Amino acid sequence: MSTVVIAICVLLGLAAVFGIILGYAAVKFKVEGNPIVDQIDGLLPQTQCGQCGYPGCRPYAEAIANGDAINKCPPGGQSTVEALADLLDVEAVPLDAVEETVKKVAYIREDECIGCTKCIQACPVDAILGAAKQMHTVITAECTGCDLCVEPCPVDCIDMLPLETTLNNWKWDAPRPGIELIATDAGRGTEQRGAA
Amino acid sequence: MGKVFAFHGGIHPPENKKQSTRTPIAIAPIPEVLTVPIQQHIGIPAKVLVNVGDQVLKGQMIAAAEGRISASVHAPTSGKVVDISMQPVPHASGLSAQCVVIETDDQEQWSDTQGLADYTALSKPELIDFIRDKGIAGMGGAGFPTDVKLHLGDDHIVNTLIINAAECEPYITADDMLMRERADRIVRGIEVIHHLLKPHHVVIGIEDNKAHAIRVLEEQLKGHPLNIDIVVVPTKYPSGGEKQLIKLLTGVEVPSGGIPADVGIVCQNVGTAAAISDAVFDGKPLISRIVTITGDAARKPQNFEALIGTPFDTLLEAADVDRNALSRLVCGGPMMGFTINDGSIPVIKTSNCVIAATADEMPPAPPAQACIRCGMCEQVCPAELLPQQLHWFAKSRELDKAKHHNLFDCIECGACAYVCPSSIPLVQYYRFAKSEIRNEEAEQRKAELAKQRFEARLARQEQEKLEKEARRKARAADAAKAQAQKAAAPVSQPASSEDELKKLKTAAAVARTKLKKAQTALDKAKADGGDDIAQLDLQFQQAQQASDKAAAALASAEAGQTDAVKPAVDTKQLKTAAAVARTKLKKAEKALASAEEKGQDDLDALRATVKELTQKADAAQQALEQADSGTSAPAVPDTKQLKTAAAVARTKLKKAQSALALAQEQGADNADELAKTVAELEAKAATAQAAFDAAESGSSSAQPQDKTADLQADVDKAKQTLEKAQKALTAAQASGSPAVDKMRAGVEKLEKKYQDAVTALQAVKGSTEKPAAEPELDLKALKQTVSIMRTKLKKAEKALAEAPDDAALADEVARLTQSHDEAKQAFEAGEAKQIEQAAAQGVDLKQLKIDAAMARAAVTKIERAIKKASEQDSDLRELETELVGAQQHADKLNTTLSQFE
Ligand code: SF4
Ligand code: SF4
Ligand code: SF4
Ligand code: SF4
Repeated sequence: MSTVVIAICVLLGLAAVFGIILGYAAVKFKVEGNPIVDQIDGLLPQTQCGQCGYPGCRPYAEAIANGDAINKCPPGGQSTVEALADLLDVEAVPLDAVEETVKKVAYIREDECIGCTKCIQACPVDAILGAAKQMHTVITAECTGCDLCVEPCPVDCIDMLPLETTLNNWKWDAPRPGIELIATDAGRGTEQRGAA
Repeated sequence: MGKVFAFHGGIHPPENKKQSTRTPIAIAPIPEVLTVPIQQHIGIPAKVLVNVGDQVLKGQMIAAAEGRISASVHAPTSGKVVDISMQPVPHASGLSAQCVVIETDDQEQWSDTQGLADYTALSKPELIDFIRDKGIAGMGGAGFPTDVKLHLGDDHIVNTLIINAAECEPYITADDMLMRERADRIVRGIEVIHHLLKPHHVVIGIEDNKAHAIRVLEEQLKGHPLNIDIVVVPTKYPSGGEKQLIKLLTGVEVPSGGIPADVGIVCQNVGTAAAISDAVFDGKPLISRIVTITGDAARKPQNFEALIGTPFDTLLEAADVDRNALSRLVCGGPMMGFTINDGSIPVIKTSNCVIAATADEMPPAPPAQACIRCGMCEQVCPAELLPQQLHWFAKSRELDKAKHHNLFDCIECGACAYVCPSSIPLVQYYRFAKSEIRNEEAEQRKAELAKQRFEARLARQEQEKLEKEARRKARAADAAKAQAQKAAAPVSQPASSEDELKKLKTAAAVARTKLKKAQTALDKAKADGGDDIAQLDLQFQQAQQASDKAAAALASAEAGQTDAVKPAVDTKQLKTAAAVARTKLKKAEKALASAEEKGQDDLDALRATVKELTQKADAAQQALEQADSGTSAPAVPDTKQLKTAAAVARTKLKKAQSALALAQEQGADNADELAKTVAELEAKAATAQAAFDAAESGSSSAQPQDKTADLQADVDKAKQTLEKAQKALTAAQASGSPAVDKMRAGVEKLEKKYQDAVTALQAVKGSTEKPAAEPELDLKALKQTVSIMRTKLKKAEKALAEAPDDAALADEVARLTQSHDEAKQAFEAGEAKQIEQAAAQGVDLKQLKIDAAMARAAVTKIERAIKKASEQDSDLRELETELVGAQQHADKLNTTLSQFE
């Protein structure tokens, strides 16, 4: 009988102790803000192009956190969809648009620019430099290639050019997977015979 | 001799070094065109300093280092810059990069470069800058700017300086030949590096397959003051890898992701040491290097000292390469180099070898087969990685996992691929995975930047919005204040302050009463000996305080008000002063009179006093009058006051007269004087009377104006009723109601009434405004009549148009037309008369009107200017005087104009 009582007491005591610890931890290590939104935002490409239907990546991240579909970001592409699916533990759905494979940056044909500053107002990342009635130019390093400045230009002098490959951003190709041959394939046998 | 340690793994590929060491270093021919890339090093590309067409001298800087990790570029020989453009460069990608193309002139004209006589005389940073200016970058293969490494002594403790002479990769013999032929330069270079880094000891690590070089070096170092060791390490690929060599020589492992300096070691290549020596002692920038041209296709494989920018083709020719046998051109060694397809690619600072291989020598890689998990790669990996795992991860693009398996510690030595029985191109997989990861990281960084900028922009926009809103609010508040001031200034403020004053007065009175009550209660209690004295006392004190406060508030308010309405108070004060003076005068006069009656002898003195007082009273009166006229000049003079004044004057006069009579009777000698006073008083009384009369006539003439207002109201009312009735009538007519006739009769009656009212008004107006020219009609009224007539006429016409058969209507229209014409004629005649009249007086009425309007506009303008100026606290006086002038002008014009209207 007493063992039962002791067991119950011990368990109750443990429950109380852990309850206090957990309660304290909940207060002490309270996370400010919505961490999942930050995580989602971290996965989005931050192009800020608004193609997802939200005014920028963070709003879309918030929408995803509130249950919106994860496949609305064309600049992110399928890899972002997958990363999001991974993070949120949901099914990866195909992208609902054509993936943008080539990275682009805006380029202003400077002698055609009339200096209306409309593009500056459109650029979500302040990547355009210029002043009223002065020639404008894009800071390529800051441009996310979002396309938003192209439409407002009254003289259509902004082009979206594919990002040039330089020595600094050139990538090695993935090696072609080994030719999957079986022993009887033509040519293979002769090669081996030659080697022998 | 130091102890030699061992590193994990490694392989022993065929060396193939003998071929190119048979002949000494040859000087490569100078080609016609040198193509000098501006980025031959790791880091930021140099900034081009020359333009196309410029003449450059040998050793002249053509591109300057930019940023911390960068190296400058110099013209390898004299000539002319013919192009600055994208040219193919030695790079695995086969891409082009910015190059300066120089057409050589065979003059080899040096720019005046000078070495340092005593490099120890320079401070370390100066010496390092000097070396940096010579464009020296690591010559071992990576091309890391040397000056950065020389700065390592600043923030690291450097114990050991390792000079890398291992040159472990097959085929390459550039360093070997350099050591054989130019060991003295290497040693001098080591001295400079030693001076800069101050290591405890220096170790030259060299593979045991370079016996000749070892011998030469040992000779060179015999008796050298510095603690320099030559450590011969067994030949094993890749002992020349930085980390591997460190492990071999010191047994220390450089931590993953760290640099050797973290463990107190700095590595330099022998070639770099020689280049530093050239730079410091001869002032020669890095414009040439030793390149091994070898391979089975080369009939004369050897080392060349080639200018940077020399196309490989020139060297291949010099080495007599058999173009037919040549199947592959490899830049770098067979293990770590890369194939190039273009012979015009130039030599750069890091090109140590070009292999012109035949098909037999380097057959195309056999097709890769599946990994059989033999584990051989793991055994040879000098970085102690798991090549097989890395391969899997790279293949399945599990880049994170690859990273966690220390992919970035892989030195891409190719040992694993060399031993792989399945011929899997392992290194390619790692390179691919690395560049993917780097790319991803770069994108991540860029995304982070974009995010920051986006958020900054949002914050800025928010801020701007708030600021705008705040500004708008401030503006609105200002406007409201200004309006309130405008509205309150002339009317409500004095009123409110007066109200306040009244309130305060009441409060003070109440407080006083309370105080009194309390006092009486207290007194009574004291008298009765009641026991609540203390309480009452308290109450009394409180009441007293309250009363004091109220009194103080009242006093201050009064003071404030006197300030605010100074002129009014001034007149009041003046009045009191005048009254006092008068009273005094009277008293004195009385005293004088009684004295005279009694025949006293101080008559003279009294008389003098009276005179003085009279003067004083006069002065006071005058001041008062002046103030009155000043403050209330435009206002109608107070007739009552004037009446009193006149009466007073008369009384005074009478008194004086009686006094005079008395004096004359008594035969006093001041009779003359008195007579004078009487005359004066008579004059005064007369003026007072006159003033009173004038004021009375003015006010009586003002009275009919009220009447006009009444009449005007009547007229307005009649008009309204009439209009209503007319509307009803037209409506009735339109709907063909049977009551039309009756209504019309009613309307006509109303019209008559209205006309009566109008005529009455006109009559009154005529009589009041132009009492002199009574028969003249009031033009304004006439104008009104005309417009009324016109409206009526139009209405009737409209009605007629709607009902053309209505004879009654037609009659009415005719009648209205007639009366309208009449009214119009009358008006025009009146106007003409007016103009004529004005013209008769030499005034152009129209011009006058315009002038008046302009004057008014000027006044408003100045007023506005004053307001603005007062806001800015600037000097107002000038503007005010201007305003007064403009106002006077406008007033004058207006009065003239009103005379004619
Ligand atoms: S589509 Fe993608 S990149 Fe564009 S704003 Fe939306 S989340 Fe950002
Ligand atoms: S420059 Fe144009 S394309 Fe580039 S980020 Fe700005 S708006 Fe987008
Ligand atoms: S919108 Fe077009 S024209 Fe206007 S400033 Fe930008 S680039 Fe120039
Ligand atoms: S290439 Fe990389 S993985 Fe392969 S052996 Fe060399 S260091 Fe190891």
